[in-house]
Amino acid sequence: MIASVFAPWDDPTEKPLIRFKNVTKRFGNFVAIEDLTQDIYAREFFALLGPSGCGKTTMMRMLAGFETVTEGTIELAGQDIANVPPNQRAVNMMFQSYALFPHLSVYENIAFGLRRDKMPKDKLDARVSEMLKLTRLEKFARRKPHQISGGQRQRVALARSLAKGPKLLLLDEPLGALDKKLRQETQFELMDIQETTGTTFVIVTHDQEEAMTVASRVAVMDEGRIIQVATPAVIYEAPNSVYVADFIGDVNILSGTAKPAGPDKYFVDWGANQAPILATSERPFADGQECHLAIRPEKISITKDKPEEAENAVQGKVLDIAYLGNLSTYHVEMPGGKVIKAQTANTRRLSRRDITWEDPVWIRWNATAGVLLER
Amino acid sequence: MRRFALIALPYTWLLALFLVPFLIVFKISLSDIALAIPPYTPTIELTLFNFAGDEDLWWFQNISTYFSQISLAADRQALKVVMQGLDFENFIFLTTDSLYYKAYLSSLQIALISTTLTLLVGYPMAYAMARAPQEWRATLMMLVILPFWTSFLIRVYAWMGILSNEGFLNQILLWSGVISEPLTILNTDTAVYIGIVYTYLPFMILPIYAALDRMDDSLIEAAEDLGCSRMSAFWLVTIPLSKNGIIAGCFLVFIPALGEFVIPSLLGGSGTLMIGKVLFEEFFNNRDWPVASAVAVILLLILIVPIVLFQRNQQKQAEAEA
Repeated sequence: MIASVFAPWDDPTEKPLIRFKNVTKRFGNFVAIEDLTQDIYAREFFALLGPSGCGKTTMMRMLAGFETVTEGTIELAGQDIANVPPNQRAVNMMFQSYALFPHLSVYENIAFGLRRDKMPKDKLDARVSEMLKLTRLEKFARRKPHQISGGQRQRVALARSLAKGPKLLLLDEPLGALDKKLRQETQFELMDIQETTGTTFVIVTHDQEEAMTVASRVAVMDEGRIIQVATPAVIYEAPNSVYVADFIGDVNILSGTAKPAGPDKYFVDWGANQAPILATSERPFADGQECHLAIRPEKISITKDKPEEAENAVQGKVLDIAYLGNLSTYHVEMPGGKVIKAQTANTRRLSRRDITWEDPVWIRWNATAGVLLER
Repeated sequence: MRRFALIALPYTWLLALFLVPFLIVFKISLSDIALAIPPYTPTIELTLFNFAGDEDLWWFQNISTYFSQISLAADRQALKVVMQGLDFENFIFLTTDSLYYKAYLSSLQIALISTTLTLLVGYPMAYAMARAPQEWRATLMMLVILPFWTSFLIRVYAWMGILSNEGFLNQILLWSGVISEPLTILNTDTAVYIGIVYTYLPFMILPIYAALDRMDDSLIEAAEDLGCSRMSAFWLVTIPLSKNGIIAGCFLVFIPALGEFVIPSLLGGSGTLMIGKVLFEEFFNNRDWPVASAVAVILLLILIVPIVLFQRNQQKQAEAEA
């Protein structure tokens, strides 16, 4: 499968489609983007993920041409685009509000960009039909935007921004206005369309699940900086900081000091009168260095009896149980008051769950289960 | 019952202050001129009713009897009596004197030109207001409405002081050397245009501003993103989306401008022919109430066309927003 080996960012001979080079953007005294350098490759589905105000939308608007760069350069296919106005960039944008023209039909909305290029009638007709088919909107071509549903509007916005065959498509919170179920379906549609058209997509979102689902790479941003760029799996399993680990999914963070314990192994001293935790890390830590161990709840198992031969096992008391249907999350209070979340999959239907509130339990995990972080 | 009361209120208002006065005017227009007080001899009243005494009540009874008369007119004879009673000679008279249709046409022309001018001046102002920073908008809106706090008559008189041969405008132009002879503006059609544009500008600005203010800025960005220049984005997106505001503003200016009386009398010259002025002269100078009423009825009929169009536009807009 091609998709599984799609990793142009690991290929040093590959030329990036977009290059941010030391880009800084200031609004008055406010620094929206600070000295940012990042490459994005052709055919990528690149997600900018972060809380509101982290600068992700500013990055996108600079790509579209609606904001100028204060310092640094942005290159698109090897050309500096600083002085190219938005209407001359081979970049199209799908707006968060969709920005459909209310006075034009679905057909005319999609044809809008093509008409600006003075495309001949028959070619334009063919292109719009192709877009309508791609987004399954053939039946709605004559309708006005206010006569169709939210999901359909979203697809019109997508079709309109794809119609001109841009090198780069920018999507600003494209699924934000849809309800959860529709959003999940649409995520897969987006991926299919991205694959069929071979367009490079840059998506801005604050929804980590959405970013993880659709993106080939995710950039986690905070306060105008990119904290980590990696594939969804790496972001989840090997975050480079507590911020990233905490932003993506659920995580337990145990802070303490490191003590070397053999090759790539460290003991983490995390509390007075507690047995140190054994963890592996490829990143070197000095003796006594402050460190944070991030462990996902699903990597921690919970039992009533003391496990044998566990690398890490701690006794605690069940505080809370969150039953989610497919999963149950147990909040276990450890000696000293620290609460750890452990998750188990409810693989069997209606099985009697023998762990309940206030039960003394054992939680255990392997030395490789967590990631040891400096900050 | 509550719903009925709610609907009844505006309809009673319309009935009492629009339909009833109109019927009175219509009745007078069918009457004959007479040297009396009031200066006409009613023709329908004589054939239909014999109410004399109670002045306050007569129109109530007038109408009720009139309608019952019509409903009873299954008896055709009765209807014939009514029809014979209607005397359209005043309307026929209007067609015999070219003064009247010339005045109507000239009013239409002046109203059309001044509406266009108001649009040309008002649109950029509304656009600038809608684009202004949020904290300025209330102030700008205030400035647009502010002239209404002064009497309309005083403001028009003020224009006489500005536009006359020795007025401020000529003084400034002479002083700055742009002209060597004073311009004659007052008592010409130009002065009427200036007066109408000045007076009715807020009626143009406010609906256009409301339409532009509601518009989502990302639509312009989307148009630019899809290959529009700033200018073409304006023509292809901003103008169509403010269309309803433009139409509303144009009607709000056109309708009162058509029957305008004060501005042409004070600022216009002897050559300025407007139906409002003719109406005034018929009524007060000639004391010919029946002909004056006929002029007013025709004016209303001319106005009904744009008013109906305006209503339809409003309704369509409401439907589109629903």
